[in-house]
Amino acid sequence: MNEIEARFAGRVGDFRLDVAFTVPARGVTALFGPSGCGKTTVLRCIAGLNRMKTGDLKVLGHVWQDEKTFVPPHRRPLGYVFQEASLFAHLSVRGNMNFGRKRNRSNDKAPAFDDVVSLLGIGHLLDRSTARLSGGERQRVAIARALLSGPRMLLMDEPLAALDAASKEEILPYLEALHNSLAIPTFYVSHDMAEVERLADHIVVLKDGKEMTCCSLAAFMRRNAAPDSEEGGTVLPARIAGPTDEDGLTPVEVDGGRFWIAGADQTPGSRLRISIPAAGVALFEQPPGRGSVLNVLPARIADVRSAGPAMTFVSLRLGADGRGAALYAYVTRRSARDLDLAPGKVMHAAVKAVAVADRGGAILA
Amino acid sequence: MTEAWGPILLTLKLASTTTVVLLIVSTPIAWWLARSQRWWKEGVAALVSLPLVLPPTVLGFYLLLAMGPRSPIGQLVENLFGTTLPFTFTGLVIGSVIYSLPFVVQPVRNAFEAIGDRPMEVASTLRASPLDAFFTVAVPLARPGFVAGAVLGFAHTVGEFGVVLMIGGNIPGKTKVLSTAMYDHVEAMEWTQAHQLAALMLVFSFAVVLTMMVLQRRLNRLAA
Repeated sequence: MNEIEARFAGRVGDFRLDVAFTVPARGVTALFGPSGCGKTTVLRCIAGLNRMKTGDLKVLGHVWQDEKTFVPPHRRPLGYVFQEASLFAHLSVRGNMNFGRKRNRSNDKAPAFDDVVSLLGIGHLLDRSTARLSGGERQRVAIARALLSGPRMLLMDEPLAALDAASKEEILPYLEALHNSLAIPTFYVSHDMAEVERLADHIVVLKDGKEMTCCSLAAFMRRNAAPDSEEGGTVLPARIAGPTDEDGLTPVEVDGGRFWIAGADQTPGSRLRISIPAAGVALFEQPPGRGSVLNVLPARIADVRSAGPAMTFVSLRLGADGRGAALYAYVTRRSARDLDLAPGKVMHAAVKAVAVADRGGAILA
Repeated sequence: MTEAWGPILLTLKLASTTTVVLLIVSTPIAWWLARSQRWWKEGVAALVSLPLVLPPTVLGFYLLLAMGPRSPIGQLVENLFGTTLPFTFTGLVIGSVIYSLPFVVQPVRNAFEAIGDRPMEVASTLRASPLDAFFTVAVPLARPGFVAGAVLGFAHTVGEFGVVLMIGGNIPGKTKVLSTAMYDHVEAMEWTQAHQLAALMLVFSFAVVLTMMVLQRRLNRLAA
């Protein structure tokens, strides 16, 4: 019931699509893969803009497509944000935003106009013509327009891809704020892993029109961490536990532990995500003495796996009881043998590298 | 000059009526031509464009036959309305609409094609039904095409002669329009009246085209 089940198979020109996945109907699901892998086609199928020869789509218990059914796009309660903002040139910014709002006659509650305007920071643009907006502003108006139609699901097709780096940085905080304040499930198409890390909860990886992986982002990061990737690691939901001190460090709390991090400027209590690469974690049997590493936390080993000829990949859970958040360490095989690393053993994890995975998550949290 | 007012008013009435009918008839044809994927649609497009190359007298001749009391269409009309179409104002409007059809269909079709699929897709994701999206998105975005089509359709109807002569028959007060009145004057060697009408039509046509062009420029600037 609280799931989105999708299966699409068919051809678009020379391209063959054959995907099937089930994701929870909450949070952000990234459709991730290189260009030409079929991400956008999948999104268009979900919206009903493309109709595949074989298709099944069930959203929150409603059948949108099967052998006999095909709900046309305008009867699907969804919001779609295209890669190019695609604002209506004959309407003002306000006219664009009201287009979907006026047509939402169903029981789907749309967020209040003023809330959306302030959420996306477009109050000063309302009476302008759409031709006089920057790329970032256009995309924010397009997102607002989609939200005001009262969607029960949001579809975003690389909303940042057509923008320059500065406009991207301008919009990302708004997307994070959306993620934190909206309860509606969102599909987010992207080929940029950094974006996905910042925004997504689940991930569907596509390649050549087929789905390769469909899982939570945490599971994906874990799998990616081993065995040959040094980039992998974990992304943990965290909460600012106190004010930033005079050294510029902020205490943040995760499930089963507490970190000092630099560069988090949110107010205490607000939420964010931190990322810890597996290569930035060292393991000690005893708490290490004085040293430069600030974050040393007890953690219990959950799994030890070989990761190539010389390396080992260790999965841990924070806390001596091993009930906290997941953490991964990438250590040499020799260390693993000398330290007798095995499931159940409690170690002290010295975390050298902690970064804020998303900024601005505090805006509405 | 006073006897010239009849043909002038009749011409204006014919051109306005024809333009309105043309816009209504051309819009669905232009939309279908712009959107359809069928292989034979260019055949339909060619049929619509036929009046561009066909001598107006040929078109008028066929229309006269089709509307005549001996043809099935003519008989149907006579049974339904108790009258026949040739040598009536209604007959003239029908002939003018067919004669000027390509001048409206083409610019409107071009405008619909220039919009592309995206705005209609956006409208559908914002819960607009296809018909709703057509009137609230496609038609407003295609406005320059409609203005151009209206100008051309109107001007072309004012200037038509062959079709009018064949179906209308030049009956004063009923089907005698400017172009045929002008022809009468030349036939009767009434050079003064012919000069007056010719100059009037020249100035009028220029004014109409100029006004519409200025209007269109302003509309485009507003839209931008």
